Amino acid sequence: MKRLVVGAHYGLMDWLAQRVTGVLMAIYTVIIFAAMLGGATASREAWQAFMANGFIRFITFLFIISLCYHAWVGVRDIWMDYVNPAAMRVILHVLTLLALVGYAGWAVQIIWRL
Amino acid sequence: MTNAARTVHFKIYRYDPDQDAKPYMQDISVEIESTDRKLLDAMVKLKAQDDSISFRRSCREGVCGSDAMNINGKNGLACLTAMDSFPEGKPIVLRPLPGLPVIRDLIVDMTQFFKQYNSIKPYLINNDPPPERERLQSPEDREELDGLYECILCACCSTACPSFWWNPDKFVGPAGLLAAYRFIADTRDQATSDRLDDLEDPYRLFRCHTIMNCVDVCPKGLNPTKAIGKIKEMMVRRAV
Ligand code: SF4
Ligand code: SF4
Ligand code: FES
Repeated sequence: MKRLVVGAHYGLMDWLAQRVTGVLMAIYTVIIFAAMLGGATASREAWQAFMANGFIRFITFLFIISLCYHAWVGVRDIWMDYVNPAAMRVILHVLTLLALVGYAGWAVQIIWRL
Repeated sequence: MTNAARTVHFKIYRYDPDQDAKPYMQDISVEIESTDRKLLDAMVKLKAQDDSISFRRSCREGVCGSDAMNINGKNGLACLTAMDSFPEGKPIVLRPLPGLPVIRDLIVDMTQFFKQYNSIKPYLINNDPPPERERLQSPEDREELDGLYECILCACCSTACPSFWWNPDKFVGPAGLLAAYRFIADTRDQATSDRLDDLEDPYRLFRCHTIMNCVDVCPKGLNPTKAIGKIKEMMVRRAV
């Protein structure tokens, strides 16, 4: 059977999440640039002290999660646009998810270690 | 005013599936007069000279939407494109609307386009018995339909939209979505929620990436991107 099907009835939340995570990342970038201008990256010690701050850790974690979610929606959009066979799309979606989850875990480990 | 004739050069996409193995571009020139103000006038002259050149046209005033084509790389209506808008001395390049199957020369198969249009149920759904005269709207409610009902379904927008090129079978496309919002915005329509349900889909609506090619080409000056934005906004208001 080769009937065309649409009507998955999702997409709004992902679309909205992509906007929200985009805004979060923009705010984080501004904060980091401001901190860099303020000398937070002048030395390794300054950088470490900066990252030890609870609030900075909190927003850095949010940034990583936002980045991954944002990338998930964006990369999935690319697969949906350009890859036609459904089986190929499934494989690419799964690989993308695995890669992003792996990156998120790795990134968290790095900040925790600092 | 003089009626001075001048020669205009064209490069036209030609393809007759019965005769040609492949499409090719034909160089051809035609004498036009100053009264031939629009591209369509010149094309009618061209057709008189070589009647194998095929294109659709009817109203010659931007109402029927049949003479949409790709003019110097940009979709538009031949009947609304002024001859003096073209740079002097360069040939005018005419191609069929991109992304749709070519039937012959500048004539494309619009089936896919109309299928998407039909899929949004482009008619008023109201189960109340019709009143004796008409269903009324306040002037403000009526105003919401401005910029939506004027669409002539020429397909300039959808065939300029990369998302429609990649998924014409699943993505409704700007023209269909503009029409969808025309009924979603209509206070006399009772199927608003069903319409939103139908469009809340990663392909049908969310393939639009706000590239805005549609706005750039619409010969009626309509803004499908804005209509799409309003549909998304309504979905958000409904969900949160
Ligand atoms: S704004 Fe959306 S519908 Fe319009 S051309 Fe871009 S992707 Fe297509
Ligand atoms: S929105 Fe504009 S370009 Fe698109 S079909 Fe309607 S009139 Fe044509
Ligand atoms: S001929 Fe009708 S729109 Fe151009």
